[in-house]
Amino acid sequence: MALFSKLLAKIRGSSISSGDWEEIERSLIESDLGATNTKEIIELAKKVRSDEIESAITDELRKWLSANSRDLASNFDRVTTILIVGVNGTGKTTSSAKLVANLNSKNKKVILAAADTFRAAATEQLQTWGERLGVRVVIGPQNGDPASVAFDAITKAKESGCEYLIVDTAGRLHTKSGLMDELGKVRRVIEKVSPVDEVLLVVDATTGQNGITQAKLFMESVAVTGLILTKMDGSAKGGVALAIERETGIPIKFIGTGESAADFAPFDAQSYLSGLIVN
Amino acid sequence: MFDNLASKFSSAFSSLRGKGRLKSGDISEIVAEIKSALLDSDVAISVAEDFTQKIQERAELVLDEVNKSTNPSQAIFNIVNEELITILGGSARRIRFAKKPPTVILLTGLQGAGKTSLAGKLAKYLKDQGNTPLLVASDLQRPNAVTQLQVVGESVKVPVFAPEPGNGVGDPIRVAKDGIKFAQDKLHNIVIVDTAGRLGVDAELMEQAKKIRDAIEPDEVLYVVDAMVGQDAVRTALAFQEGVGFDAVVLTKLDGDARGGAALSITQVTGKPIIFAATGEKVTDFDLFYPDRMASRILGLGDIQTLAEQAKNALDSETTAKLEKKFVEGEDFTLDDFLAQLEAMKKMGSMTKLLGMIPGANSGAMKKQLEQFDDSELIKTQAIVQSMTPLERNDPKVLNGSRRSRIAKGSGREVSEVNSLVERFTGAQKMMKQMRTGKGGMTLPPGMGGMGMPAAPIKKQQSQSKKKSRSGNPAKRALES
Repeated sequence: MALFSKLLAKIRGSSISSGDWEEIERSLIESDLGATNTKEIIELAKKVRSDEIESAITDELRKWLSANSRDLASNFDRVTTILIVGVNGTGKTTSSAKLVANLNSKNKKVILAAADTFRAAATEQLQTWGERLGVRVVIGPQNGDPASVAFDAITKAKESGCEYLIVDTAGRLHTKSGLMDELGKVRRVIEKVSPVDEVLLVVDATTGQNGITQAKLFMESVAVTGLILTKMDGSAKGGVALAIERETGIPIKFIGTGESAADFAPFDAQSYLSGLIVN
Repeated sequence: MFDNLASKFSSAFSSLRGKGRLKSGDISEIVAEIKSALLDSDVAISVAEDFTQKIQERAELVLDEVNKSTNPSQAIFNIVNEELITILGGSARRIRFAKKPPTVILLTGLQGAGKTSLAGKLAKYLKDQGNTPLLVASDLQRPNAVTQLQVVGESVKVPVFAPEPGNGVGDPIRVAKDGIKFAQDKLHNIVIVDTAGRLGVDAELMEQAKKIRDAIEPDEVLYVVDAMVGQDAVRTALAFQEGVGFDAVVLTKLDGDARGGAALSITQVTGKPIIFAATGEKVTDFDLFYPDRMASRILGLGDIQTLAEQAKNALDSETTAKLEKKFVEGEDFTLDDFLAQLEAMKKMGSMTKLLGMIPGANSGAMKKQLEQFDDSELIKTQAIVQSMTPLERNDPKVLNGSRRSRIAKGSGREVSEVNSLVERFTGAQKMMKQMRTGKGGMTLPPGMGGMGMPAAPIKKQQSQSKKKSRSGNPAKRALES
């Protein structure tokens, strides 16, 4: 959507036709911001001078960002436990591995739990990552109880004095209440030993407006504390994440941009927002 | 699945229905509502615009004609239905088999779309139709994708050709090629090649996909796409169409509450039909995609055809014949027969899913009750019946207090639950007799409706309403009222 910036350049200073507005609206909708959100922005932008439109839109979008902290939780006196959740195929296992690499680079002692006992070979996938990154992976039997793997892992994390435990869980559609309950159980069981500090919801940048329902329902069952927005290296803008922030206050904490462990970075509001409207 | 879209359409039409004669302004109004419903459902903006414009034009054209008819809003509704079917790809498409086997099917798509799971489901589907598929593990990129395919293959009892360990080791083009050769040698008539997920913008991987395609000359290239995808659906689909090219689309994760806009957009923009839909975690949660049925579903017309087909598949012909014979000869329907039905219903899949196919299932009250419907009821009921002796199953009249309490203990349920089951069953038996004398036509063995089970709802409705007792199933009650 070089379109948007070109358009803004074109209209800067001159009056804007209804066709121009349609173009702006179109490009915002195409970023997956949602039809209602877009309408709101357009209304707002119509009120300002044409040379201020771009900054007005950016400022408004910035207001939608969550005020919650985007830093990853950390404790000095006990293990910091991070639960990775999300619907199927968003990149939970890969994100878990990337998070490990990120913590490794800060010389933190990390342990991984393969609590996705459902998807075929998910455990092996995480084990492969564990080998590559030189991190211990706690596993359980295929189709076993994920909560028991998690319990095992938190116990071992405590014993071995790890600073971080990252629990990879099975993908589940947010509409399956039974599976969502299972996730709640994983959390409760871990908390018998030690508190869960972060629940990171992995959202795929290609996701449409369905992402909002996903966030709400995961929030209900496991109290999500942050988002990992994956597949941002593709053509999708990931605008739904901003819609999620606005609707739920869950902050985006990390951005995933590829298949290797290093393709991962803390959220940067400026580049995300400009990606949505300019790029 | 397309629930959200469906409920918006139905509210738009209910306002239209109250109107009688329609003016041009009414048309514009509903068209605007349809457009906003489409956009909220992630339909690509260009597609939503084209679609609504077409509706507007067609509706305006026939407005005079329509107003002469008894039900103008219905005529508009029909136009929308027809256009939806067209946009969804017209008629159902099937796999094209090669003249000279093996038929080669290549799966492509973004990371996480569900290619590997789908490979297993597709293999099972084809195998159940008497084919001898082979799965080929050409995703050598994602860690342990090969292992995943092997596990999936084992679970559906389909052999997997996986000469390379993956995890970045091996040449996917070579594996694909060798896979075809292997299939020819071992006389597999279908080869399904699973490839690594790739982004539309990744030129290098797209080039690799093209090379795999050129090396194996597939009969079908299927583009696998997540039903939850947003506006990017169009961009990515076009990138794949240009890059590797595809013949048909497979929609996955349709069992969520995805609004399904992607389905409309992709078919419209690429001109390629949706061929299959995956609707759950089980390997059997997979079917051909029927545009007309999906359109009905979107518009809240229900999906009776699929329901009937699933019922037919689940009830094996022997059981059905036995029940029909009983029905015709006036024999009593027993709890054993009922048990067989329960088994069959379980085979049909989730009750919530089945109920969703019933017309009106997307309207407010019904939808809410649907969400509350507990699939485990079926299992509990089954447990109660299984705790009965053959004598009791054949003749529930012998069920005195002590027997009932034993059954309750045996099945882990309350006596009141046993009582209510027996009561409903006796009611159903009676109803069957009435129907026999009244010569009511049935597509499904009786008893289900009376037992609070919701199958075969259409033809049952009249006889149901004659019954004094209200159905024990809330969803059913909503249907009755």
